[in-house]
Amino acid sequence: MCLAIPGKVVSIEYSNGMRVGRVEFGGIVRQASLDFVPEAQIGDYVMVHVGFAISLVDAEEAERTYQLLEEIGALEGELPPEGSG
Amino acid sequence: MADSVKTIASLSCPAPLTTRDRVLLGHGSGGKLSAELVRDIFLPAFQNPALAKLDDQAIVNVNGSRIAVTTDSFVVKPLFFRGGDIGSLSVHGTINDLAMGGAQPQFLSAAFIIEEGFSMEMLRRIVSSLQRAAGEAGVQVITGDTKVVEKGKGDGLFINTTGIGIVPHGLDLSADRARPGDKVLLSGSIGDHGIAILAQREGLEFESAIESDSAALHGLVSEMLKSSNAIRCMRDPTRGGLSSTLNEIAEQSRVGIELDEQSIPVRDDVKGACEMLGLDPLYVANEGKLVAIVAPDAAGAVLGAMRGHPLGKQARVIGTVNDKNAGLVTMRTPLGTSRIVDMLSGDQLPRIC
Amino acid sequence: MKFLDEYRDSRIALALAKEIAERTTKPWVLMEICGGQTHTIMRYGLDELLPNHIELVHGPGCPVCVTPLETIDKAIALALRPEVILVSYGDMLRVPGSNSDLFRAKAQGADVRIAYSPMEAVKIARANPDRKVVFLAIGFETTAPANAMAAWQAKREGLTNLSLLVSHVLVPPAIRALLATAENRVQGFIAPGHVCTIMGYSEYEGLVRDFNLPIVVGGFEPVDLLEAVLMLVKQLELGETRVENQYVRSVTYKGNERAQEIMREVFEIADQKWRGIGMIPRSGLRLSKAYAAYDANLIFDLELISAEEPAECISALVLQGLKKPTDCTAFAIRCTPENPLGAPMVSAEGACAAYYHYRRHAIANTAPKIAVGS
Repeated sequence: MCLAIPGKVVSIEYSNGMRVGRVEFGGIVRQASLDFVPEAQIGDYVMVHVGFAISLVDAEEAERTYQLLEEIGALEGELPPEGSG
Repeated sequence: MADSVKTIASLSCPAPLTTRDRVLLGHGSGGKLSAELVRDIFLPAFQNPALAKLDDQAIVNVNGSRIAVTTDSFVVKPLFFRGGDIGSLSVHGTINDLAMGGAQPQFLSAAFIIEEGFSMEMLRRIVSSLQRAAGEAGVQVITGDTKVVEKGKGDGLFINTTGIGIVPHGLDLSADRARPGDKVLLSGSIGDHGIAILAQREGLEFESAIESDSAALHGLVSEMLKSSNAIRCMRDPTRGGLSSTLNEIAEQSRVGIELDEQSIPVRDDVKGACEMLGLDPLYVANEGKLVAIVAPDAAGAVLGAMRGHPLGKQARVIGTVNDKNAGLVTMRTPLGTSRIVDMLSGDQLPRIC
Repeated sequence: MKFLDEYRDSRIALALAKEIAERTTKPWVLMEICGGQTHTIMRYGLDELLPNHIELVHGPGCPVCVTPLETIDKAIALALRPEVILVSYGDMLRVPGSNSDLFRAKAQGADVRIAYSPMEAVKIARANPDRKVVFLAIGFETTAPANAMAAWQAKREGLTNLSLLVSHVLVPPAIRALLATAENRVQGFIAPGHVCTIMGYSEYEGLVRDFNLPIVVGGFEPVDLLEAVLMLVKQLELGETRVENQYVRSVTYKGNERAQEIMREVFEIADQKWRGIGMIPRSGLRLSKAYAAYDANLIFDLELISAEEPAECISALVLQGLKKPTDCTAFAIRCTPENPLGAPMVSAEGACAAYYHYRRHAIANTAPKIAVGS
């Protein structure tokens, strides 16, 4: 339960007592409630599910762990092909 | 393995006959339910060879000339959208159905079903747009009809257009002609129209506005036909998307089709909208794109002709016809694994899971 | 799209698959809980990339599939009332009830509307003061805070024409119930990343302790799932049992405390019936007493005809990972997405629908399987 996608907060405003952001997902922009992520600022990435941001994407953590994945990818790419096939 | 292949082949036929007492919205979405309706109600009633081919248009012989006829009804909401309106759409859609059979579109009829209370100004705009689209495409609207229904019984406006064109002798484009080895060509990015409509309906904002790709394709088709006589068939993937169209071709030709996911163009903003709503672009409607099944050695020439035309600049080879699993469309994912691209049963609905 | 595309990188995915194969020396049965994860596995053919020794079974991670039959029937009954506007997520429209589904009800004239967000139900209620708006509030913990906001906002505004028909399920009790059954074969779990985004993963420590097996919180893209499998395999091969977090970019140990607060205010824990599984104590949510005025169950007088699932449907066994959809005698023959016998065939995330639409098991696999332990 499940479908939440990452988007960038491009603007923030208050509407009907809720803190709402315009969030950009790869070229399209949609409003999402930021009530669950009060620390989110413009430029931050948030995971959005049914119109609500449910987490602030931890860009640092993502970067760190992604480096490791990159290394695995690069390393495997350099190894000679499997002998047995 | 042979047994499971055979089982899968029979599984890809429409679902077993079920008694339904009511027509559902899904029956109009261009997927399996639509096919069921045609198969269970319309085909048995009308039975004739031209209809049985189930192409986008019917081609009949009249005093030595090959006349192509097609009809289409337009119920789109909203009536006006980025990149067009119900008027221009009703011209493009019908011209395209004629063009897919290789016909030179000549004449259109336009019938309007208008709801009482509809704005005269909007009607003028729509008719004007229809005329402009017809003029640009070189076809004349030669006859029409108007009906007005009571307020509440008509959802604003419906338009039906019927098109007539002439097909040159010797040209035989049909969905049952695909053969193993043939290449599958796509003229450009998918999902634009469906997402443009949805965006307008749902108030989605776009940085660079997504426009419907609604366009008349007969000019592009003409260039393609000039470049090669080895085109087996062409189809425009409208409701039900690319998936429905390819499934229909695979079914009618009794062949398999394998697609390469990475070669199918999707605009970034369309992709973003699809990701957000949980939609798959393969099932989203297009109104200005076509797929062509082409003999392998002709693919290069046809692709060149497509790319030379403004409506085919992004044309790609997206797959190959094979003889495994007749009636099945499969797709190679970027990971090198394989999955089936099934025909949808009804409308694709946005999801949260 | 940033934070999405990178996790679909095929080079990394294939490298992870290779490493999984290198480290797997024994057979392991792993379960992913979330339907969205099942969807990714099917769509990208991830199980094709895993060595034969690893068996992936699909858990009851589809809140649509496990919504009780009675709830669907209630929703349909309400939708058919002329004064009611029934608002629902798209996923629920085709789920079969005892005799019908919401789509068919719509065909019969019911005012059924699809919402992308629970706040749309609030908007509809504001715009239609003379109608009664019922929002079919389903989901796991991921969706509960958002659904709660609809009730919270309605209360704040003093709206009196909005109510929620709630069917919320909680993951950890379901896993506990699964692990406690005698037939359980699962040796490691991929926990649902978006549920944990809300709830954190402290609840899974108790499971690890009581049942002695590894649990990894996983994301939803191919790289996420393969990394989660690798982390599980590493633990299993070493005989370790702990909770690990693969989905670090979204999940923290404590989760989203603001969201949890809203959940606690609007909902309370209750016993819940899981369609196809049965009653699991304290595994669901219902509206709290403070929100009784928004509870459709209390507002409307609903008499029900309780019917049974078609005998042939084995969704109970599929949802628990004990059988595969292809083991079902009705699969793809009498039970199809157009004519589903049970919920897992309808929901895009249901295991049966995933198998049907992608039907990968049936295609001749031309990609060479990576050898185990090479």
